[in-house]
Amino acid sequence: MKLMVDEDNRAGTGAAMAEAEAPTDAIESSPKMRAHGVNVWYGDKQAIKDVSIEVRQEHVTAFIGPSGCGKSTFLRTLNRMNDTIPSAKVTGEIELDGEDIYSSGMDVVQLRARVGMVFQKPNPFPKSIYENVAYGPRIHGLAAGRQELDAIVERSLKRAGLWEEVKDRLTESGTALSGGQQQRLCIARAIAVDPEVILMDEPCSALDPIATAKIEELIHELRGRYAIVIVTHNMQQAARVSQRTAFFHLGELLEYDETSQIFTNPKVERTKDYITGRYG
Amino acid sequence: MTGRIRRRYAAERRFRWIGLGAILLSAGFLALLLFTMVSNGARGFTRTEVQLDIDFAKAALFLDPATVRASGAKAALAGSDLQGVVAKAAEARYGAQGARLFADTAWLEVLDAIESDPSVLTRTATLWLPASTGVDIAAKSDSDAEAERTYEGLRSGNAVRTRFNSGFLTSADATDPAAVGVWGAFKGSLLTMLVTIAIAFPIGVLSAIYLEEYAPRNRWTDLIEVSINNLAAVPSIIFGLLGLAVFLNVMHMPRSAPIVGGLTLALMTMPVIVIAGRNAIKSVPPSIRDAALGVGASRIQVVWHHVLPLALPGILTGTIIGMARALGETAPLLMIGMRAFIATPPGGIADPATVLPVQIFLWSDEVSRGFVEKTSAAIIVLLVFLLAMNGVAIYLRNKFERRW
Repeated sequence: MKLMVDEDNRAGTGAAMAEAEAPTDAIESSPKMRAHGVNVWYGDKQAIKDVSIEVRQEHVTAFIGPSGCGKSTFLRTLNRMNDTIPSAKVTGEIELDGEDIYSSGMDVVQLRARVGMVFQKPNPFPKSIYENVAYGPRIHGLAAGRQELDAIVERSLKRAGLWEEVKDRLTESGTALSGGQQQRLCIARAIAVDPEVILMDEPCSALDPIATAKIEELIHELRGRYAIVIVTHNMQQAARVSQRTAFFHLGELLEYDETSQIFTNPKVERTKDYITGRYG
Repeated sequence: MTGRIRRRYAAERRFRWIGLGAILLSAGFLALLLFTMVSNGARGFTRTEVQLDIDFAKAALFLDPATVRASGAKAALAGSDLQGVVAKAAEARYGAQGARLFADTAWLEVLDAIESDPSVLTRTATLWLPASTGVDIAAKSDSDAEAERTYEGLRSGNAVRTRFNSGFLTSADATDPAAVGVWGAFKGSLLTMLVTIAIAFPIGVLSAIYLEEYAPRNRWTDLIEVSINNLAAVPSIIFGLLGLAVFLNVMHMPRSAPIVGGLTLALMTMPVIVIAGRNAIKSVPPSIRDAALGVGASRIQVVWHHVLPLALPGILTGTIIGMARALGETAPLLMIGMRAFIATPPGGIADPATVLPVQIFLWSDEVSRGFVEKTSAAIIVLLVFLLAMNGVAIYLRNKFERRW
């Protein structure tokens, strides 16, 4: 119960900061997630080499880098989705609010409820729109009755900017929606369990520019309420939506700084080459 | 250039015609099979009846209707010689050889007639009784000259008719082909299938889930996979030997019983269900698992809420293929003694029984010509059973099928 109170407090401070237009310079709060010396192996192949990074509640953090640089792999270590790959091995420390998520005391199911995920391809369940959003709250027992569940579904769909489009057809299949709507449904599904962090793995790569713009708008609105980490191939997108950007190359974190700094004045030569389109 | 395009179109046309030809050929064979079965088997569902007048008053049964009403026909007539009554009446009407016109079981129908209306005991009744196998064959197809002459004589006297043989669907095996029925074998098949599906389906599906969702990929699981694939291809008679050795000789289960048959067939069906189940589970897109894991579902919730519902149509299809094979299986059941002559339908899974394919095999082996049409008729019953089972499966599959 004490834990719940703590979480509420955190959400409160986060929201307050969002209202204060999230100042981009250093803030004296502790980071939401902290990774230290993380290595990931797939069998003998090392995919991530000694990555240390901090993710803050009030920021949208973007991971950029060429294909195969490990940014998606690293993202998936943040909520232990890599556990499903038998050959994957993770060393180092990753903390969520100072708690090691790879410790034996951490329940992976609870972790994933606190650190939600949105995937590259929209993957709604082949169930109704309502069921898609209600599934998470239901398995975690977040709603006491039908009315509470209805309220959660409505709130989540509203936050995901989908409510107006689907409120009259909640019983229709989630897979019947357009690609952009499906992706927003997946975001609604992720925020329905009230996570603290949302990981987005190239959420717009399968969408057209208009749907992409809507998702980016949504990310803006969600900033501050949730810590958001987004992997993207689209440099303009990283520049548009994020406050901090991390540049990955061959499994190493080469540069991590404020987004404006990375795009205007990169310190590392490779970052500059990548951003200016020299390779990628 | 145009020549190449023309050749390409010609090849496409040719291929289409060859495909169409293959379809027509197989449809033709199927039609031929069905036509032969139905034209032979339809006669198995009818029987020939011969008219007989019985003067019960003179038959010296020493019974009056009141006794029969009071104690029931079976008890009241237990000691009386109805067979003799029928024979005498037949000789009176059709001459010295008259008794040979009627089936051995004709007196049972006289008994039924008395039971349904005891007042016949005081008068002369005209009954239609089942004809003997000789007359039956003469009525339905060619027979030897003497039988044909007898039949013609009966026909000219309007003393013979053909009726639907309800006894074929309600009675069990018998020595007289005029009296046999498939109910015993049908019930045996039904009980055996129930045992098979009750054992093979849960074990098969759970094995498939474990192997696909939980088992680590290593040498042991590879070995298990190879073994299961091999088991699915093992000749069925081997499973029969296994059943004989394990269930009968070691575990001392009842011989010829549906429980042993069902267990043996379950061993045979399980690998098919496991393979089909694994393929169905494998074909569920991984993105659905990711989605469920991503909102914090546990492994078992992912399986029960998402993977299994989506894989169920595929699993059911595989199960039906396995069950259809089990339903038509004869060899392993011969090994565990289900080829015995069973004249009463089984009352439960531990009673001696036979199954439809074994019954067909037994009848096809009989010398008496009367069994030919009964064999075909039993095949029709088996095919109808099979179609009904497949129909249920297709209904279930469509019910659970979801599109995405």
